[in-house]
Amino acid sequence: MIEHLDSALVDWSRAQFALTAMYHWLFVPLTLGITFIIAFMETLYVKTGDPEWKKATKFWMTLFGINFAIGVATGIILEFEFGTNWSNYSWFVGDIFGAPLAIEGIMAFFMESTFIAVMFFGWNKVSKKFHLLSTWLVAIGSNLSALWILVANGWMQFPTGMHFNPETARNEMLNFWDVFLSPVAINKFLHTITSAYVLSAVFVIGVSAWFLLKGREQLLAKRSIIIAGIFGILSSLFLVYTGDGSAYEVAQKQPMKLAAMEGLYEGSEGAGLIVVGMPTPGKEYDDDKDDYVFKFEIPKLLSFLGYGSVDAFVPGVKDLIEGGYEYTDEDGNLQTAISTQEKIEMGKLAIAALSSYKKAKEAGNAEEETVNLKIFRENFKYFGYGFLNDPKSVIPNVPLTFYSFHIMVGLGFYFIALFAAVLILIYRGQLTEKRWLLKLSILTIPLAYIASMSGWIVAEVGRQPWTIQDLLPTVAAVSQIDASAVQITFWLFLAIFTALLIAELKIMIKQIKIGPKEGGH
Amino acid sequence: MKNKNVFVRIFRFYYEGFKSMTVGKRLWAIIIIKLFIMFAILKLFFFKDFLNEKFENEDDKADYVIEQLTKPNNIKHD
Repeated sequence: MIEHLDSALVDWSRAQFALTAMYHWLFVPLTLGITFIIAFMETLYVKTGDPEWKKATKFWMTLFGINFAIGVATGIILEFEFGTNWSNYSWFVGDIFGAPLAIEGIMAFFMESTFIAVMFFGWNKVSKKFHLLSTWLVAIGSNLSALWILVANGWMQFPTGMHFNPETARNEMLNFWDVFLSPVAINKFLHTITSAYVLSAVFVIGVSAWFLLKGREQLLAKRSIIIAGIFGILSSLFLVYTGDGSAYEVAQKQPMKLAAMEGLYEGSEGAGLIVVGMPTPGKEYDDDKDDYVFKFEIPKLLSFLGYGSVDAFVPGVKDLIEGGYEYTDEDGNLQTAISTQEKIEMGKLAIAALSSYKKAKEAGNAEEETVNLKIFRENFKYFGYGFLNDPKSVIPNVPLTFYSFHIMVGLGFYFIALFAAVLILIYRGQLTEKRWLLKLSILTIPLAYIASMSGWIVAEVGRQPWTIQDLLPTVAAVSQIDASAVQITFWLFLAIFTALLIAELKIMIKQIKIGPKEGGH
Repeated sequence: MKNKNVFVRIFRFYYEGFKSMTVGKRLWAIIIIKLFIMFAILKLFFFKDFLNEKFENEDDKADYVIEQLTKPNNIKHD
């Protein structure tokens, strides 16, 4: 750790960012997915002219409106935090974040002020087709809005397409398409939005199941279950596909995260994928304890998913710290991994060279300038390691990452089973008789949120200590502000966001109980 | 008679939309209170931009961040 930094400041800044990001994410996924479900329903209304479809569209649109209204602008808090708590980071990322976030801001503004207004106020005022177009544009626009944020996050996980300017200490975008089409960003976007679709499908099925249990709005509920069930199962299958893509990218770009996801301390060839297991509590990477208290694994699957070969070597935490194992680099050449200690030394060389380069520049010493710039460039790949003093600093919280990953995956497969069950039973006309399944569908709504949050915990906790992979750890990214100020706003946010969540739940539940009705939203 | 002025039509579209809202009115109240808290209280008093507050130009900001990143403690080899 950097000695001059107050660890309480780093911890509180991280806690505050995690709190606000997670509360923000409570509102986002439902917006991303339910807008498509609404668009499907309205399309059926426009095609068939059946007023029951309009009734269903308007009902779900009202629930979307509640979620949207309560959640809108909660993400702005994160941008406040970037400028106040994470000023080194904000400066360091430079225009890499500027462009995507500016596009997102403009897109969100235009979408929210125009098409959402048409969607809610435009019934009977614009043509059916224009209204339908607006609904689709809200669905597509909100997802595109998420795209830019996730591209920015993807860059933090795998920085590419940029050049670090040592004069300004900022990253400058060299190639927009490398940033935008980075495999990590693409997988992250697709995996995240499809997870949001699954959550929305679970939400619609759960609420519809409540109507069926109460014997109300049978047609609306059954039709909603069919639409959400099909949307959910297709999204889930795509989620498995993008999850596989994400795991592959993590194996290539963030092997420490993969090791933490699987609780793998000792690497091996032909590594199995843990289906159920318990990492040994208190396990250190260099002790003799077993990695797991117990485990049930699918042999060789981790090697296959991560590296495309059943016999591939998957490095564990210990291997990544100590180095020495062989791997194939991006150009297909066989390389021997260096240790984390060596990376730390190279990072310190880069930091020292940056300092000397700056001094030489000020003194007008061109020769020193060139020499230090060369050293800096040669070692920049490991720049962030220079802020660490202990190789163990690069190990994320293994139990939290492991359990979050397995909860996410387990729930993901459970959702597939649920979608399949409700679809089969509704096809056979037996769903209303299966009251236990209807009750289970309602209870599944919070599980969808747990799965979604778990995914973010894997993505973000699993890549600690980095804010930008290998380049900037959290300890170097924070602003030198008073930790107590961060603490105060942490509690303030907790109070505000909890109040918003309670408001959302109360208004949403009240509106569900009222059910669909004629008139405005 | 339909008003031909596009701005008047847009105004009436929003005005009538808001007027006919039911649950939406309470939601708008929440949105307005929330935005007030965020921008008039949090942003103004708690979340000033750290670098903008301390420095007036980009060069000074760059020098400060480089200084932060290259402090001797960061360079020290174990």
